Amino acid sequence: MTALRKMLPSWLTAYAVLYIGFLYLPVIFLPIFSINTAATPKFPLSGYTLKWYRDLATTPALTDAAWNSLMVAVSASLLATMFGICAARAITRYRFPARRSINGLLMAPLVLPEIIIAVSMLLVMLQLGLNLSLITVVFGHVLICIPYSLSVLTSGFEGFDRSLEEASADLGESPFGTFRRVTLPMVAPAIISSLLVSFTISLDEFIMAFFLTGTDATLPVYIWGQLRFAAKLPGVLALGTLLLIASVILLTIAEIVRRRASRRTQNMGGLIA
Amino acid sequence: MTVPAETIVAMPPERGRKRNWLQSESATGLGLISPTLIYALIFLVVPILLVIANSFWTQHYLVVDRTFTLENYRIAVTDPIYRDLLMRSLWISLLVSFFTVVLAYPIAFFISFHGGRHKGLWLFLITIPFWTSYLLRVMSWKVILGYNGVLNATLMGLGITDQPSDAFLYNTSAVVITLTHAWATFAVLPIFVSLEKIDRTLIEAATDLGDGPVRRFLRITLPLSAPGIISAVLIVMIPTVGDFVTPKLVGGKDGVMIANAIQAQFGKAANWPLGAALSVTTMAVVTAIAAAVVLTIRTAARRIR
Repeated sequence: MTALRKMLPSWLTAYAVLYIGFLYLPVIFLPIFSINTAATPKFPLSGYTLKWYRDLATTPALTDAAWNSLMVAVSASLLATMFGICAARAITRYRFPARRSINGLLMAPLVLPEIIIAVSMLLVMLQLGLNLSLITVVFGHVLICIPYSLSVLTSGFEGFDRSLEEASADLGESPFGTFRRVTLPMVAPAIISSLLVSFTISLDEFIMAFFLTGTDATLPVYIWGQLRFAAKLPGVLALGTLLLIASVILLTIAEIVRRRASRRTQNMGGLIA
Repeated sequence: MTVPAETIVAMPPERGRKRNWLQSESATGLGLISPTLIYALIFLVVPILLVIANSFWTQHYLVVDRTFTLENYRIAVTDPIYRDLLMRSLWISLLVSFFTVVLAYPIAFFISFHGGRHKGLWLFLITIPFWTSYLLRVMSWKVILGYNGVLNATLMGLGITDQPSDAFLYNTSAVVITLTHAWATFAVLPIFVSLEKIDRTLIEAATDLGDGPVRRFLRITLPLSAPGIISAVLIVMIPTVGDFVTPKLVGGKDGVMIANAIQAQFGKAANWPLGAALSVTTMAVVTAIAAAVVLTIRTAARRIR
């Protein structure tokens, strides 16, 4: 009995390590083959080079796509977070009719096949006579970022102690002053996380961008175009490595901000209690 | 749209002098959520309604004929090509959800029960790969499973095979492996959350009453984590049906899925009404199957208890 109890966690730990290995397996090969001299990704590695990275900087189509992606991701994350703040604040603070169904509707893009959202948005855009451009991509990205932004913000706003706002009002602070000096600093970490998460999603998103863009390509759409040419693969892998590094940095920042904030609110809770 | 919302934030309802409906909590909440709601209505609800409408129309080159017809559905359901694609997509998504959930359960269990202080770190480790570009992860699987790929190199290096095999790539199993990997995080998180919610005193009680670890797991932990398993199944199965990148890159001829057909109708083939009918049929069928799976899990969980 005790032997079994001791055995179980160690088996589970081994499984956990294997599982993490499985998750990281494909991710690891991107950087490895991106600094390999051979144009086809295969073992044994033939030698170390940074050539593919140097080539990236001198490909105008790629730098354009990178710039497009950046613009789209910044706009989409700002808009999605703004919509997320309104919705999360309403959901965590007020009771109103159809609250749960509205929340369900806003979360729906998460469980719908992306291709169906993409083609239906495409139909609307074309029927409205809108020209497909990076703006239509932003519209699409905002829609699929909202569920993520909403869940980050809802959990951030839920830990929020309403009595602090009341205390501030009682001590004579104006409503706007309360919002600026009490509410905002407490919800700022959730807002920053939401911005970073939405930015990362938009940066990597392919299906919506593929259907909704006109002639301008975002990075994933550019990569998709390059995948047809075997000779372009090392460049794509190099680009992928850079994107990977960018995503990891952004998410680590988001996680640190979120954790520091939750620790701080916990401490404050302890002080008040 | 946002201006009125902000004014409402700045003026809590308590300050209103007139206590009419406009200042009630309901109105404030609805007013605050309305920008987001309107956005979702315009870009999600209306588009989906339009797709449904389109599926009853016909298209002659560039002209859309808006007379009601069920012809598209007849094609979508009876044409062997689409029927087979739909069947295969459903089968693949069932397999993928089964494997993701079965593989994810132990890890969610491990983090929840044995994660200790490092729970957050484990969860973070698990979410990182999910954030890397989906396109590139599919690409990497192609590199791993290919003829000159990593898997073949490893097998030959270990002396298990003496020549590379082309059996790993361009088939259904390549699609299943890639998708199982792609959706792993989405299965771990909901199961973890439901395990976290389990009242640990119930497990202690079962131990005190003489249940061994296996019985305890089967009678307490597993049934109580059913909601997590259900949301994992839903969140993996429905989107998987609509994937077209994975089948296109690693699926080969045998791995083509219904989404590839939908994409073709909205792209090269340019028959939107048929594409719309295929989308609606896919959604309807996958929702029905997901509902059946959910019901089965729920009944099973109840029976064990």
